[in-house]
Amino acid sequence: MLIIDRGKCIGCRACVQVCPFGALHIDDEKKAVVDPAICTLCGACVEVCPVDAMEIQREKADLSKFSDYKGVWVFAEQKAGTLSSVVYELLYKARQLADKLDTEVSAVLLGDKVENLCKELIARGADKVYLIEDSSLKHFVDEEYAAVLVRLARKYKPEIILSGATSIGRALVSRVAVQLHAGLTADCTGLDIDPENRNLLQTRPAFGGNIMATIIAPNHRPQMATVRHKVFPEAKTDSKRKGQIIKEALIDEDLDVRTKVIDVVKEISDTVNITEADVIVSGGRGLRGPENFKMLEELAKVLGGAVGASRAAVDAGWIPYSHQVGQTGKTVCPKVYFAIGISGQIQHLVGMQSSGCIVAINSDENAPIFDVAHYKIVGDLFEIVPELTKAFQKLRK
Amino acid sequence: MDYLLTEEQKMIRDLAYEIARDKIMPVAIELDEKNEFPTEIMKTLAQADFFRLFVPEQYGGMISNGKGMLELCLVTEQLARACGGVAVTYAATALGIFPVILYGNEEQKKKYLPRIADGTLAAFAVTEPAAGSDISVIQTTAKKEGDYYVLNGTKHFITNGGEADIYVVIAMTNKEKGARGASAFIIEKGTPGFEFGKKEDKMGIRASATRELIFTDCKVPKENLLGKEGMGFIITLKTFDMSRPGVAAQALGIAQGAFDYAMGYVREREQFGRPISSFQGIQWMLADMATKIEAARALIYATAKMADAGNNNIAKESAMAKMYASDVAMEVTTDVVQLLGGYGYMKEYPAEKYMRDAKITQIYEGTNQIQRNVIAQHLIKEAIK
Amino acid sequence: MHVVVCIKQVPDTADVKINPETNTLMRDGVKSIINPFDMYAIEEGIRIKEAYGGKVTVITMGPPQAEEALKEAVSMGVDDAILISDRAFAGSDTYATSYALSAAIEKIGDYDLILCGKQASDGDTAQVGPGIATHLDLPQATYVKKIVSLDEEKAVVERMTEEGYDVVELQMPCLFTVVKEINEPRVPSLRGKMKAKSFKVNVWTAKDLEADPEKIGLKGSPTQVVKIFTPQRSVETETITGESASEIAEQLAQKVESVLKG
Repeated sequence: MLIIDRGKCIGCRACVQVCPFGALHIDDEKKAVVDPAICTLCGACVEVCPVDAMEIQREKADLSKFSDYKGVWVFAEQKAGTLSSVVYELLYKARQLADKLDTEVSAVLLGDKVENLCKELIARGADKVYLIEDSSLKHFVDEEYAAVLVRLARKYKPEIILSGATSIGRALVSRVAVQLHAGLTADCTGLDIDPENRNLLQTRPAFGGNIMATIIAPNHRPQMATVRHKVFPEAKTDSKRKGQIIKEALIDEDLDVRTKVIDVVKEISDTVNITEADVIVSGGRGLRGPENFKMLEELAKVLGGAVGASRAAVDAGWIPYSHQVGQTGKTVCPKVYFAIGISGQIQHLVGMQSSGCIVAINSDENAPIFDVAHYKIVGDLFEIVPELTKAFQKLRK
Repeated sequence: MDYLLTEEQKMIRDLAYEIARDKIMPVAIELDEKNEFPTEIMKTLAQADFFRLFVPEQYGGMISNGKGMLELCLVTEQLARACGGVAVTYAATALGIFPVILYGNEEQKKKYLPRIADGTLAAFAVTEPAAGSDISVIQTTAKKEGDYYVLNGTKHFITNGGEADIYVVIAMTNKEKGARGASAFIIEKGTPGFEFGKKEDKMGIRASATRELIFTDCKVPKENLLGKEGMGFIITLKTFDMSRPGVAAQALGIAQGAFDYAMGYVREREQFGRPISSFQGIQWMLADMATKIEAARALIYATAKMADAGNNNIAKESAMAKMYASDVAMEVTTDVVQLLGGYGYMKEYPAEKYMRDAKITQIYEGTNQIQRNVIAQHLIKEAIK
Repeated sequence: MHVVVCIKQVPDTADVKINPETNTLMRDGVKSIINPFDMYAIEEGIRIKEAYGGKVTVITMGPPQAEEALKEAVSMGVDDAILISDRAFAGSDTYATSYALSAAIEKIGDYDLILCGKQASDGDTAQVGPGIATHLDLPQATYVKKIVSLDEEKAVVERMTEEGYDVVELQMPCLFTVVKEINEPRVPSLRGKMKAKSFKVNVWTAKDLEADPEKIGLKGSPTQVVKIFTPQRSVETETITGESASEIAEQLAQKVESVLKG
């Protein structure tokens, strides 16, 4: 709970202004008062109080009740016999976390005839791979995958379970977390261990990326988190690494599901999937019309990249939604992101601001996109972009 | 200015504005460039119940008291802020169906009004190549043959021509009777002998479809005669009395939309080191424009309220509203282009479209010269009393 | 068919800004809207009613002002609206939220299908929909972009994947989370708005739901926020200028190539 020392409080309102939840107000005696029903103990007020009048007293979590929970698990997502690249990124982080906890990294692999993937998982850092194979696991079925993962988690008691924030990962761990009564944090951009209590410190953006929040699940195990593509680097391969493969079998209850996959359809797009591209050339309202996206496609092609778009361009019908980058579109983290004719509203920035190198071209020198750009060009994109394509072509010849 | 609108009227106005802003404004320039009819937008307006605003409750509409005139004006004005062409497509349906509302018998009302309430478009057809301001010389004839009237002739410059399903057409039933020789007929699209000419390529309101109607031995059942034979011109005049506030509202919306755009521009555009809105010359222009717009609005709303209160003699007031609002629209939109300077002349920016759209409001549904005739006639008549 | 749609009222993040001097959120005057993804769920619910008959109920967990969001759904054509509101729900994470909503849905009882938007634009977790499905022990399909067929026994849907889509068959009752591709939400109608104005929303408290106090609100939330901070955005921006577009382009291309190689 939040304890306010009325003797120290000077009624400066700093805490009232900083509270993202509106839980504080100043009473008639000019002292801060908290509404415990709204307060989430986030600690923002503690940081900002100039006279140290705020203190958060947390119940000391009883660590002994979790002493039999050990290990960091990574859900090894695979599709059609290929591991999703985010799994390698998770293994990188899992290794760091496991080393701090002095415990092991395990991968959980579900599928049909996927044993050959165990080698790669071990090479990338898994000490153990729990392997469950069955023809019914060939395609992702929410209920069945969840039932298996829940059963294994109850049997082996990992402290931490990590998954990619993919369409499969998110649907799966949301179910698993409820069944295990576990804490689950989505889209973490930072993961660390609190050495005092072995808590997983999960950091993620909130309020459209304006603010970062660190979250813990101190009284529940396992602690679960999802992570997006390209937030962490991939674990390096060491083919000499050794690890253990533990095969688990399905039980009848796992098969008692009410869903089946009838068909899997690939929609072939000739452009690179933007969430995996190293270079993205993105266009916004400044492009003025759909025909001008051709110019961006040419630049993207020369660079082997993908075309992205701001919401304004998608809403205007200039380019399909699958290209949209931003809060209601995709989050991307390429090596180079070109923001062309994009003003840089917060909803767009949230989707691309962690890109390695951001190049912004806009005719308005005050466009907010320039606040996050590494390279700023104020000018006419219709002149500059074709020249840019030419320049890259020359350099690459 | 506060016109003391009811909660319901404010709600109608606000929803119309939301649709204008979210669905029409983003595509207005494109519709204009492509001369494209706003089919989807009309469907949205129908689904949002806007066509129920000028149809009485018992036929599927929402008018319970008054004629829904103010509501029609409120909606038309908001739509016109985004695009005059879309606004007139909506308002012209009201124009097309007023004859049925005013003069239709029970069967006709039951047959056609519910369809309009659901969003079927209508059109009113009196104008011909040789009959504009002088409607007495129309050539389209309707000859009674048994249970039918057979129509022959051509109407042109008909708003919603080809897109509407329901048409009210004025034709000569008895040339010898002169002004009492015309009659009004309800004709549906698809009737054999009823065809459309090409779509006109207009200066403005290009989203609105304007076509010729061609009647070749077109047989119309006698049940489709509105009122009695010979009432054609009186129906026309009374219909225009009712529709003028709507045209005025369209002109008002165009002026308002252009003005709003200019207000945003002049505060951002800097010359000589300061926003041009800080120059007195510009400020005086803005003051004049805003005052004219508000005066036009007051005239229109007052006339609409008169009609809704049950007053059917609104000819003079509706002529004043239409004439003044359309002249204001032309003045304001011309000034807006001037305020935007070079940018006002470029098709890339919305200003020049407002000016092109405004012009027609001074011409159709009675030219402003005819409106002055109407006003003067009433002034003299009143003075004699 | 009785469709229950779960929605959330969220701040219009277009309006949420950070005060540059104090680095705090400026929440005054920020409009509240229906979570954009939930609009698609509401629209789909109404379309199902139009196609198959039945009714649509919309529910939300929130403070009293969340009633506005429910009324907006009514103006679009939803038949019934329930607000679950109680100080005891404050501070809920996704576990506690999905538990409370599932308790409300159980109280409603006779549902065939539950629809949720893919995720909420403030939390962005996408966890509550599947959480509800799990609490109620229902099959689920997430990222649904099309309902292919629907009857009392089963549903067939297309769910989006990163590479395209899967066609999935589920037994009813079940839960879907939907994406933007599924439909185009309608604007409210005037009659809908008038109905919404006089509409009486049912309000249920924790007691009405017979909710387990250990599973709601701050107490029922496994996750807690321990710190909130503004992200350090220290980007050094280099402005590239030149006499001509080609000069600018060449400079830029050189710099970008070295980034890509290095």
